[in-house]
Amino acid sequence: MSADRSHHHSGEGAARVYLDHAATTPMVPAAEAALADASALVGNPSSLHRSGRRVRALVEESREQIAAALGAHPTEVVFTSGGTEADNLAVTGGYAARTSADPLARGVVTSTIEHHAVLEPAEALERVGADLRLVSPEPSGTVAVEAVRDALQRIEAGGARVALVSLMWANNEIGTVQPVPEVATLARARGATVHSDAVQAAGPLEVSFAESGLDLMSVSAHKLGGPAGVGVLLARREVPLQPLVRGGGHERGLRSGTLPAALIAACAAAVSEAVARRAEETPRLVALRDRLFSGVLGLNLGMGAGGRWTPGSAVDRLPGNVHLVVPGCEPDSLLFLLDAAGIEASTGSACQAGVPGRSHVLDAIGVRGDGPVGVVRLTLGRTTTEADVDRAVAALADCVPRARAAASVDAGVPA
Amino acid sequence: MRVVAAMSGGVDSAVAAARMLDAGHDVVGVHLALSRNASRLRESARGCCTLEDAGDARRVADRLGIPFYVWDLAERFQRDVVEDFTAEYAAGRTPNPCLRCNERIKFAALLDKAVALGFDAVATGHYARIVDGPEGRELHRAVDPAKDQSYVLGVLTADQLARAYFPLGDTTKERIREEAAARGFSIARKPDSHDICFIPDGDTRGFLSRALGEAPGDLVDATTGAVVGRHAGTHGFTVGQRRGLGLDRSSLDGQARYVVEVDANRRQVVIGTADLLTVRELHGEHVRWCGPAPLGHIRVGAQIRAHGEEVPATAYLDRGQDGAAGRLRVHLDRGVRGVASGQSVVLYDGTRVIGSATIAATETRTPSAGR
Repeated sequence: MSADRSHHHSGEGAARVYLDHAATTPMVPAAEAALADASALVGNPSSLHRSGRRVRALVEESREQIAAALGAHPTEVVFTSGGTEADNLAVTGGYAARTSADPLARGVVTSTIEHHAVLEPAEALERVGADLRLVSPEPSGTVAVEAVRDALQRIEAGGARVALVSLMWANNEIGTVQPVPEVATLARARGATVHSDAVQAAGPLEVSFAESGLDLMSVSAHKLGGPAGVGVLLARREVPLQPLVRGGGHERGLRSGTLPAALIAACAAAVSEAVARRAEETPRLVALRDRLFSGVLGLNLGMGAGGRWTPGSAVDRLPGNVHLVVPGCEPDSLLFLLDAAGIEASTGSACQAGVPGRSHVLDAIGVRGDGPVGVVRLTLGRTTTEADVDRAVAALADCVPRARAAASVDAGVPA
Repeated sequence: MRVVAAMSGGVDSAVAAARMLDAGHDVVGVHLALSRNASRLRESARGCCTLEDAGDARRVADRLGIPFYVWDLAERFQRDVVEDFTAEYAAGRTPNPCLRCNERIKFAALLDKAVALGFDAVATGHYARIVDGPEGRELHRAVDPAKDQSYVLGVLTADQLARAYFPLGDTTKERIREEAAARGFSIARKPDSHDICFIPDGDTRGFLSRALGEAPGDLVDATTGAVVGRHAGTHGFTVGQRRGLGLDRSSLDGQARYVVEVDANRRQVVIGTADLLTVRELHGEHVRWCGPAPLGHIRVGAQIRAHGEEVPATAYLDRGQDGAAGRLRVHLDRGVRGVASGQSVVLYDGTRVIGSATIAATETRTPSAGR
């Protein structure tokens, strides 16, 4: 039993305000229903008997649903365990297939603000001989197409060819949208495999695989209303790709392992609903995001937006992402006070042993201060209301000065 | 009260947190990330502050149903405890890092941060008692003499004690383990950590050699002043040490030789016979009082090591300039062997801790009493 008393800790026992939808967002009822229904089915989708065929039909139906929602062909849908595995398969498998066919194809271009699921495999490739070029973003948080072109040209000037380009569609910390279609055009003109981590973008933004010009695109179910533990790598049929997980040859031999039919059905329900509701949901989130940004910046507490924010627009920033830079406090103190006040937020960067790590994204866009710099990522989603946003603004008005007071203590003076 | 329970992942701090909760306080569990390299699992049965310990603490907090956080104080710990430790050894002294950690981390960095974030107090799993006395809170020995940790808390000032809770001081360790098991804590049988937490393999000399490098010098005879050998660095030696001197036994007169002094400035390790080890008087600096500062001379019990015995003594306190805490002299009723500078002397009145000082110098002969 886990009766978390943190509810009482907030003092008034008020409902929690969940503003961490970029970490994971509640499952939509359609996904919950699909998960429950499919969990009741017996049968391995690879079995040839009637039970197997029935589960297989569910998987294929889900595949078609996802393909239709994301502008892909059903055969381009490769189910994985989630976004991280999809990214690993794209980067590692995409590079390996290119370089084994053409030893000169050793160039890898990606950005410094990618998720670790792309950066870590890219850096692992560098250790086994890849010519890795990391492109830094502008201070606005967006990678310039010219900077990618420069990196491609430097690889070619060195006598190598570009094997792989990977650029995230939208950044998970600061929510900035990247010029994926432009970069895809550039990369494919050079014969490179081009991938995008669209884990944060799929759902709130229109990410048509066919129109994007991408060879590979990663999507995660639990970021858009589905369950954790399942994701998709969209992979063009002709793109060369080596599997990471070998075995029974499932998923075109790209990802072996018995297909988790219930997770897949729930994933499909979530993807379909996210795409179907985008036209109404995205403007709603943009309005909430802008209300939160305006409210917080109007406090005049010296907070600023991390990455560019254009009110009214989801073109350069995710509709649900509010990222705040709070000079003068420690990130963990601010998160602690917000949690105690009932506001569930994040720094957006990966935790190590329960402590928020230093953000490579903020380093990349040059966020620094003389003292400690606090960051809060508030990410909105399906369940977020105006009242939630207003409570978050009120909580920040109270918590930021207190977190700053704690930071002056934190800095400490040796006795 | 709103209380931070410092949770190491061990049995004691787990029961301490549970007892604070039972007492009706609003408790939040905080694990201190003190290692700069916390993302590893325990390397041996010893040590602490690993990923595994943080996980153990988290599971206890889950079981208690209290919020749990990890606070990263690694930088402060590195500066105020680890670097202090190596600097003390480099200067030829023998520090106790647990005292330093209580003084500067648990009841300073942690307590200050907790107060700034709206808490009233910090509770730990130390074996010691706090008693309300006529002049405020008093620090006393725990009822379990085998586990008493009042010595390593002797650095706490009245202000620090005012916000400290030690819920285990009235119980024996054996009963705490039973209680942990009864409460369903999976760590009830987890072994105690005995060593210095930032030296998990227990090899202090190896740690110091890596931190300080080699600084070879002479082994010198205390009586004759003759050079009798070489050493790789004074930080490998502690007053009272007998082993590892590398002396040629044939040159000795059949009597055992001990380190009697470590002179880091001259890179000398001075060795001598046992009689030179017997200390009768201590000079203290960095004097800290757990309550009102006494003046003049008082009768005390003096304890010089974490698990050492208490020796009857008279403490003489000089007022420093401008009324600041001055130097402390402690005259021991009987000689104590192997006292190194850098160690702390903690003064007791019965079970009550009066205060502490860092030993700056020792004298083997009985000086004239009084001034």
